Amino acid sequence: MSTRPADWTLAAAPAPRAPASSALAEPPWLRRLLTAAALGFLGLFLVLPLVTVFAEAFSKGVGVYLDAISDPIALAAVRLTLLVAAISVPANAAFGVAAAWAIAKFEFRGKALLVTAIDLPFAVSPVVAGLIFVLLFGAQGIFGPWLREHDLKIIFAVPGIVLATTFITFPFVARELIPLMQEQGSEEEEAALSLGASGWQTFRRVTLPNISLGLLYGIVLLNARAMGEFGAVSVVSGHIRGVTNTLPLHVEILYNEYQSAAAFAAASLLALLALLTLVLKRILEWRMGRIARAA
Amino acid sequence: MTIEARGLNKSFGGFQALRGVDLDVKEGELVALLGPSGSGKTTLLRILSGLEFPDQGRVLFDGEDATERSARERRVGFVFQHYALFRHMSVFENVAFGLRVRARHERPREAEIRERVSELLHLVQLGNMAERLPSQLSGGQRQRVALARALAVRPRMLLLDEPFGALDSRVRKELRRWLRQLHDELHITSVFVTHDQEEALELADRVVVMNHGAIEQVGTPEQVYHQPATRFVYEFMGDVNIFHERVEPAKPTSIYVRPHLLEVHRGPAGAGDIRARVLRIHAAGPTVKVELRTERGELVHAEISQHRHGALGLLRDDDVYVRPTHPHVFSDDYSI
Repeated sequence: MSTRPADWTLAAAPAPRAPASSALAEPPWLRRLLTAAALGFLGLFLVLPLVTVFAEAFSKGVGVYLDAISDPIALAAVRLTLLVAAISVPANAAFGVAAAWAIAKFEFRGKALLVTAIDLPFAVSPVVAGLIFVLLFGAQGIFGPWLREHDLKIIFAVPGIVLATTFITFPFVARELIPLMQEQGSEEEEAALSLGASGWQTFRRVTLPNISLGLLYGIVLLNARAMGEFGAVSVVSGHIRGVTNTLPLHVEILYNEYQSAAAFAAASLLALLALLTLVLKRILEWRMGRIARAA
Repeated sequence: MTIEARGLNKSFGGFQALRGVDLDVKEGELVALLGPSGSGKTTLLRILSGLEFPDQGRVLFDGEDATERSARERRVGFVFQHYALFRHMSVFENVAFGLRVRARHERPREAEIRERVSELLHLVQLGNMAERLPSQLSGGQRQRVALARALAVRPRMLLLDEPFGALDSRVRKELRRWLRQLHDELHITSVFVTHDQEEALELADRVVVMNHGAIEQVGTPEQVYHQPATRFVYEFMGDVNIFHERVEPAKPTSIYVRPHLLEVHRGPAGAGDIRARVLRIHAAGPTVKVELRTERGELVHAEISQHRHGALGLLRDDDVYVRPTHPHVFSDDYSI
């Protein structure tokens, strides 16, 4: 070709600069005050409680701590918490992705209803959510007699806890992904289709990488809530020691029995699980960032 | 490949986007769909591509009915106004995409994919950008990658939706010329959508002028510009002066004259000359644009050469005579 288009090569986009105009920047004392206030708030409501948990857990010595966390009932609670998370997190993540995909990329009848339904668990108090399941599946509930006939137990058993937790954590991934996918639009997917990709190939190669960070964040929130849910689980659980107690319920029981050190020891396990999730998230983000940069 | 559309109708909710549209595109032609926003041109393009389906009507490729086929089955190359590059993939992977998603038995080997992608990147003059991400490219470069990506699958037709709409005017003009050269080399049947009449006239073999979901005129750029079939086409293809006349008392007519065909004289020389006063003169540019108000109060624009302006020595508030040449007459269908 004889002519070369005159467009230029852009280096990677330049980093954002601090406000150059002093008219737009706050005065230094205000900046320091706001930063101090933010850090103070963070310290008071986040760091202090976290440190207190661990401090109280070890207040009676390491021996008591180790006894508390190796107690078979405590371990049963840990297992149940992990089981509930292992079921509700993948289920709600898959649902969230599918719902966000449908809502962001398509028009269909009942779409507004679906969006409202997704927000419902947020609007309802967790205790009320637990009560709903008791009214549905409890011994005097609507399906009570049917369940008794078929020898199935939902309330005061593990299935009820899984159900209640899944309900409560329903919206997390969907709500995270819907605005993200709406903002990204459908053009990339249309381009993929026009190039011959199937629906599944389009999803796997185009949509999923685009939403990966949002999905990860949604899953972290989802997991945290699934492991830490108290209100709804408390109503449906029945508090049967060693069987239907999740870790948060176990903490409450210990505390009510004035075993505060043991209670804090169990609480510290929850805190550790949460911290572990955050570390995993950070590692995954870093790995994805590396792959994107190397590409 | 030839493209035929027969009787296409399409509505979105209450809005009728296409009304009974018929279209014929010949083998290897470059056709422009030209019209204002809402004229239905993008809808028509998307129906040809399989990204939308008509409410009524048929689409035929080489005489075969393709109306029911999805975008995936039609083997079209589609280029979007905002590029739609896969943001997480490198330029190389973007272009290779269409080859990688083929079914196993149709998929070329890795070495073949590599060769084809390199060939295409070379064609669009981005050979050294293969490992860049779309975010690291300028608009013009992104659009060239989008074109290479569309061509990778050897499409039977190329559809472009306002391909240069998001680019600044200099880049737009250069890519226009480049696209025409590319088309002359490759001879793929192509249809592109634009609202810029200059672009359509410069690029296309034939222009389809659309308005309110219907086709107003189809013709070569010369035909559409010099022999507009309707008022709308005339007004859309360029600037226009409209003189209202009453040839017969009951039949008002409008006389359409292009600014560069409106002569300006110092003294009256013929029966058609109209007195006018000079309001403003814009002399900076290849031609001189003169705004005048006729004695009947009509505002007209004339475009004269710098040479003529020098000879006339026009100044503001001068009284002059304008003479319409090559007028187009459209009779008004309504009467006031």
